[in-house]
Amino acid sequence: MKASNALWKERLAGKLPEELAREIDIFETEVELRQQGKIEEKLFAETRLRRGVYGQRYDNGQRHDGKKTQSLKYPGGSTKGPNTLWDAPGMQRIKIPAGGLNARQLEVAGELAEEYSDCIVHVTTRQDFQLHFVHIEDTPVVMRRLASVGITTREACGNSVRNVTSCPYAGVCQDETFDVTPYARALSKFLLGHPDCQSFGRKFKPAFSGCKQHACGLVNMHDLGAIAVTSRENGTEARGFELYVGGGLGPIPHEAKLLDPFLPPEELLPMAQAIARVFARLGEKKNRNRARIKFLVKDLGIDKFRDLVLEERKAMPGDPRWTAFLEELDRHEEKPLRPPGQIPPAAGSEKYQRWLKTNIRPQRQEGYAVATVALPLGDITANQLRALADIVRRFTRDTIRSTVEQNFALRWISMADLPELHRALDAAGLGEPGACNLVDIVACPGTDTCKLGISSSRGLAGELRSRLATKSFQLDEAVQNLHIKISGCFNSCGQHHLADLGFYGVSRTINNYKVPHFQVVLGGEWENNAGSYGMSMFAIPSKNIPEAVDRLTEKYVRERQPQEKFKDFIKRIGRAAVKSLLDDLTGLPAYQTNPSYYSDWGDPREYTTSDIGAGECAGEVVPQVVFDLGAAEREAFEAQVLLEKGEVQKAGQMGYQAMVHAAKALVRNEFQDIPEDFERIVNEFRARFHDTQKFNDPFVGGKFAHYLFAAHKRDGAPFTLEQAQHTIEEAQLFIEASHGCYNRMVAPKAP
Amino acid sequence: MELQHVNVKVSLPSPGGIDPEGFIPVFHGWIQDQVLEELLIDVASYAHVINGPGVVLIGHRADYSIDSTGGRLGLRYNHKAPLSGSNFERFKQSARAALQACRLLEENPQLKGLRFNAGELELFVNDRALAPNTPEIRAACEPELREFFQWLYQPIGFALELEKDPRQRFGARAKAVGAVEIKQLLERLKG
Repeated sequence: MKASNALWKERLAGKLPEELAREIDIFETEVELRQQGKIEEKLFAETRLRRGVYGQRYDNGQRHDGKKTQSLKYPGGSTKGPNTLWDAPGMQRIKIPAGGLNARQLEVAGELAEEYSDCIVHVTTRQDFQLHFVHIEDTPVVMRRLASVGITTREACGNSVRNVTSCPYAGVCQDETFDVTPYARALSKFLLGHPDCQSFGRKFKPAFSGCKQHACGLVNMHDLGAIAVTSRENGTEARGFELYVGGGLGPIPHEAKLLDPFLPPEELLPMAQAIARVFARLGEKKNRNRARIKFLVKDLGIDKFRDLVLEERKAMPGDPRWTAFLEELDRHEEKPLRPPGQIPPAAGSEKYQRWLKTNIRPQRQEGYAVATVALPLGDITANQLRALADIVRRFTRDTIRSTVEQNFALRWISMADLPELHRALDAAGLGEPGACNLVDIVACPGTDTCKLGISSSRGLAGELRSRLATKSFQLDEAVQNLHIKISGCFNSCGQHHLADLGFYGVSRTINNYKVPHFQVVLGGEWENNAGSYGMSMFAIPSKNIPEAVDRLTEKYVRERQPQEKFKDFIKRIGRAAVKSLLDDLTGLPAYQTNPSYYSDWGDPREYTTSDIGAGECAGEVVPQVVFDLGAAEREAFEAQVLLEKGEVQKAGQMGYQAMVHAAKALVRNEFQDIPEDFERIVNEFRARFHDTQKFNDPFVGGKFAHYLFAAHKRDGAPFTLEQAQHTIEEAQLFIEASHGCYNRMVAPKAP
Repeated sequence: MELQHVNVKVSLPSPGGIDPEGFIPVFHGWIQDQVLEELLIDVASYAHVINGPGVVLIGHRADYSIDSTGGRLGLRYNHKAPLSGSNFERFKQSARAALQACRLLEENPQLKGLRFNAGELELFVNDRALAPNTPEIRAACEPELREFFQWLYQPIGFALELEKDPRQRFGARAKAVGAVEIKQLLERLKG
């Protein structure tokens, strides 16, 4: 779509990390192949998801305009997934491991938002960035520009290991056990693209926390969670992790189960790998509603699951990366730019005083603080990102972190610099107080851009925010510290289960009209790493939610016992009292009396649920062998391109390589740890598929296998043009035969 | 040098304050009634962000927004798809589309009293590869910008201020030295 895509590719050639450059080239080829109809749409959908390229609402070409469903007539006829039109704009998710960023990365994110998106970078509840309304053909360049500053989008979506999140205060927190940052980064790097993590039935989200008591890591709601702990033996303190598995939100939240009370650091990566292997092997693949690891843990029971993981761990071949990172733990340690200081006594404005109270958190290092930059609904503009980059350079040693509350945390700020910092932030529109409190509402994208959204989570969050912002500092302190979190549907991307006041979108049909509602979920616990989940109450029309918030908070202030937390208060008064308090709000006026109830916050269209589409959260369950065969096909295609360019030797070699990789795809289906050794692959293929006649075509027998053996026997001999042509043609036939072989293997047996 | 993805922003003076959210129902109405020739997809609101893109009408080939980037409120037209023709023709296309949208907004009864200032336009190239904002590019492209605004604002003249911040996109702000009506400019851009 952009005129400069080829220019960027040329400009960045040779300037990107080799592995990232190769991955992006591959993805770009896959985009071209899909356009030519040479990749099946389901496979392409999962392929792009694993590059963070996600669908968006209305990408099926249908949109209800408030009166009728309109057909969005995109010019291109192709699709980028089932029922997903090629030209429809989509979302690009960008992985930010442990939320760690530098100034240049902020600037590049801003530039991309301006040039490919709608000038906004959205920070997610898992420390990622998202750009919306991006055209698929621009995504390879977006990836290249990110790669040029060390960022990957790989496995940001799809059935893969998602962003590894971590407490943003790690290393500076007053009461953490130790800094988990290097461990989180090591796990992120280790699992990225790991062969054992390519055939999950669903996504897999890891998280790290430096302590048990705070909320920052949210370990309890993650597929894999690690909390820093220490043990003392023979007078020596040793680091380790409480390792949890099987937590998750979604429609029915599951609390994570303790897998290991003390996992030594050298076992962190291999244990995660063993868990991934068990999940890949035994996790549900067909029913995506039961495919997260939490269901496997629940079905097996944590003890049986643990036994399987330990068994797997023993059987795994060793990997030097398991412990290599331990030698460079110090490399991640952040240092201050400026000397420590004290907050200057001068009073400052009321806004500054409020900001000090809500956005500043003293570090354990005397004289330093963490300043939270509160982003409304997680949104930040390109100009603000540039201003923030300047601030990062001016006040820190070029580091900043995104947070799970959709904010940024500036660490190692000298206390003496706080007035100056606030002035700089405020000049950029980033100096608002109220971080991490009642006004700082978390919301998923909801009906704004998500295909699954039922109600407008961002619309409601915006409305509550503007109402509460004007009065939050007059409210009782107990109320100021409450958390509101909103999801557009039951899938819980807004983490409503963990909030004091949580809401998730539902719809009701009343007098033949669809009406947007929110289900009220009260008393969740954000602290203690998402210690407990809230109680689901009942649904209230969207337009009555602000009144419900007022009534609940007023009752809490009026009737709470000394030091009583909101969750305890809700538990004590019970559902009946909440029902009685809010009962009249569950009704609504007739359409003719007040039609505003029949549209959602921030969206004047008459409400409908007809825009809800099939979600891509789960992606398509594509077996690893199909991915691998797809990669072999792409290599055969690249071989043809090389041949057309006259690069005969490279083309012939690439054709041969495509055949070996197709053979490897079949072998790996039976032998997970097959190494990248061509001799070994060919031998394994011969023994497992040729000699057993499993590869034999029903009509031509073992003919196609001999193409591979003959090509392998050449042993590096140079290709003539004709030989290269033949090898590529044979590779294509061999890959087809491999598909046929796999299809016969998975076909139901005749009775 | 080929300049694509030309953006034009028409200034919207707001002495009494203008609520960008007031444009949300109007933009939805444009989708409902398909008032523009191009494919319009959705409305995104970022009114909660200070000096941001405000309310954006997302289209397939172009976006329209009530934008307050840089603290300057205006209607911004962002042409996303590449266009054939000369740079002058692309400047004309974006200016015409932006001013047509302004006229439609001014005529909308839901936005009574709205008046854009057609005498104050920003034009910039939303592509840092095609037009990095360097002194060389500014020197090379300034004559083309001057030629365009000269033609657009004839005979009254204009002042041109180039964006000098290298981190911002290449572009300029033009201020006509006298009063200009949208209608006049659209008449000129028709040809």
